[in-house]
Amino acid sequence: MIVNAERFAGLRVGEQLPGREHTPDNVQLMFYNAALWNGHRIHFDEPYAKNVEGYPGLVIAGPMLGDWLHQCVEEWLGEDGHIFSIDYSNRVATYIGDVLTAGGEIAALNVETMEVEIEVHIKNQSGDVVTPGKVVVRFAHAG
Amino acid sequence: MGGLLSEELLSTIGRRSEPRREIVTRRDIRKYAVATGNRQRKYLDGDEAPPMFHVPLFWDVVELGQLTPDGVSIDSLLPKFPLEKAMAGGLNIEYHKPVYPGDWLTSTRTLTDIYEKQGRSGSLIFYEVVMDIVNDDGDLIIREKTTRILR
Repeated sequence: MIVNAERFAGLRVGEQLPGREHTPDNVQLMFYNAALWNGHRIHFDEPYAKNVEGYPGLVIAGPMLGDWLHQCVEEWLGEDGHIFSIDYSNRVATYIGDVLTAGGEIAALNVETMEVEIEVHIKNQSGDVVTPGKVVVRFAHAG
Repeated sequence: MGGLLSEELLSTIGRRSEPRREIVTRRDIRKYAVATGNRQRKYLDGDEAPPMFHVPLFWDVVELGQLTPDGVSIDSLLPKFPLEKAMAGGLNIEYHKPVYPGDWLTSTRTLTDIYEKQGRSGSLIFYEVVMDIVNDDGDLIIREKTTRILR
């Protein structure tokens, strides 16, 4: 096990993770649903999404926002550890055209286990938290 | 409680899907990494699978005739619920071991709970599905618990 003890020791509750803005477009959403083999029309059939389901536009697939929570943490973490677990929920629907910002803040540090608990979120352009979550990171990796 | 859950419905708790075995490929990892806007080289090159790669790996592949008119595949693990409008749900995922191209992974899904709660505007039904993913040695790689709410 390799542990970047110096970096861990420098962490503080309340420390903010760098935010990242996502502006998914039709191509990204199509690629995402194709990678899953997800045929749900609300993600690619705009007349259907609007006229039949009553959405204002094409709906961003919920798990993609979950993926962005992971990316926010991993880009901050680098190779100093790994994500052990995540809890998140998609609370508010998001659409093509939305500006979605991923971010996070250290909520707790466990010195014994070298675990870091991080509150993560995706916010939309109105500042609403659309996808709140909690990630547990372990500051040690095999090597 | 509103008593929406019949004995018959509750007896489906514990129902388990057939195991599904899939291979992790570099190409599939790369496509997923690109689609999600990932910026890490090891994922874009497909050297390792990013977290949540199990989502595309085990998404159900069904034939066109099996899709509902809105393009969704029916989840055969689930019973017919007396409420049908899906609300926001939650996901809990534990990552036990990393995933690399060439790995064969097997997932098994279990309907682990069904319960009812009173919401502000009436009864809600909650259900939980756990997906366990193991490698060919039987080691647990990922455990994912999905909680969904119906109103």
